[in-house]
Amino acid sequence: MKSFTRTIGSFWNSSIGKKILVALTGIALLLFLPAHLAGNLLVFAGPDALNEYGVWLHELGHGTAIWFARLGLLSAFIIHLILTVQLTAANRAARTDYAYPSTVQASRSSRSMMWSGLTILAFIIYHLLHFTLRVGNDYDGESYQTTLPGHQEKVHNVYKMMIDGFSWTPASIFYLIAVTLLCSHLSHGFASVFQTLGVRSSKTSALSGKLGWAYAIIIWLGFVSIPIAIWIFGYGS
Amino acid sequence: MNLTLKVWRQENRKASGRMETYHAKDIPQEASFLEMLDIVNERIISDGGDPIHFDHDCREGICGMCSLTINGIPHGPKRATTTCQLHMRHFQDGETIWIEPFHAKAFPVLKDLIVDRTAFDRVIEAGGFISVRAGSAVDANAIPIPKQDADLAFEAAACIGCGACVAACKNASAMLFVSAKASHLNHLPQGEPEKTRRVLSMVARMDSEGFGNCTNQYECVAVCPKSIPADNIAKLNRDYALATMKEALL
Repeated sequence: MKSFTRTIGSFWNSSIGKKILVALTGIALLLFLPAHLAGNLLVFAGPDALNEYGVWLHELGHGTAIWFARLGLLSAFIIHLILTVQLTAANRAARTDYAYPSTVQASRSSRSMMWSGLTILAFIIYHLLHFTLRVGNDYDGESYQTTLPGHQEKVHNVYKMMIDGFSWTPASIFYLIAVTLLCSHLSHGFASVFQTLGVRSSKTSALSGKLGWAYAIIIWLGFVSIPIAIWIFGYGS
Repeated sequence: MNLTLKVWRQENRKASGRMETYHAKDIPQEASFLEMLDIVNERIISDGGDPIHFDHDCREGICGMCSLTINGIPHGPKRATTTCQLHMRHFQDGETIWIEPFHAKAFPVLKDLIVDRTAFDRVIEAGGFISVRAGSAVDANAIPIPKQDADLAFEAAACIGCGACVAACKNASAMLFVSAKASHLNHLPQGEPEKTRRVLSMVARMDSEGFGNCTNQYECVAVCPKSIPADNIAKLNRDYALATMKEALL
């Protein structure tokens, strides 16, 4: 038992151990994004589809599923954040600057992971306050309750909340900036998962790089389509 | 050709360094980069100055002793080439060339362009070896090794331990060096018995020497004079995860 805890301890403290945990928590977040996007895109299927989805999500597993997902995501996010901040601090401490700095092939995305990551963090805090905790708005009020076919009681009007939320210009602009930086973050993160978990080789490196960009661009297109449709083209108003 | 050199000068390990300017006149195009510095040094010495100190040994591109970060790129602009094999014909007449040491916290500057790379030796001491009876030579092919494994081991063994990977890395990570040295042995049956211990102790030593962490940007691969591939880093990551599980659970 002592040897077990010592080995796990040195894994947690090692550079490779930390990176593997960053990759594993990254996978959890990579899997969450398409699921979140698929749900959000129901806004284009009309109010009832999106509101029905909202009800389904909150009632799944008698209301427990959403909490498992929230706690799981929150833990993954916090571990991902703490370890990357630790690793970045160690990286800065290990480096001595050159008078004539140069970059041969490191991508811009890979060099700005900390900045894109911290912007995403700020956005997620804002996003949760905006739509999940609904602070500083009236999204929990009577005007955001609606009827839904097949339901006796009134349900939360997710559709109206989304339309009103993105009709406010600053929210949409911040959203677009954050999702664009997320795309940059994912392009490097996706390919890095394979290398860090040791399943990349010369045979697959080009493929994992392309898949990373394809994934990032699909996620970007999906997420930006919503504020663009609502804020610029007035969808739903 | 006439060149302007901006060179890092540093008195000793504790002193702070600075860039100084030198005018290198009438340098033959066929001179190697180190020969160019030899010419500049002869002139400095004849003028009674302190020559520019730099590391070198075989000057054949195989010993790993020469270093120099030239215009921000370790071993200079030519791919898969050590500084000693880089020739002045790859530069333009009248060019300004920036010459700095292999900078990293784990490679402290000893004097001018010479850095202390013994951190690499300590990583090798931690596990970059196999324990065998050192008597008469074993018969060739006594142990059958698949061609593919032998090739991969040989590719990793081509690492000359120069430290360019650390100098180029945005995080001063030694992962390319350590992974090449570990893969070289881990690919072979002779390296198998000590594989778990090797991987764990080499990585622990690498971390304690103050190298940074790999962020998969592959600057190391781009500057490596022996073109060691990043596949070795993936293998070390994999071997480290497996070694941890083996150590913790079995």
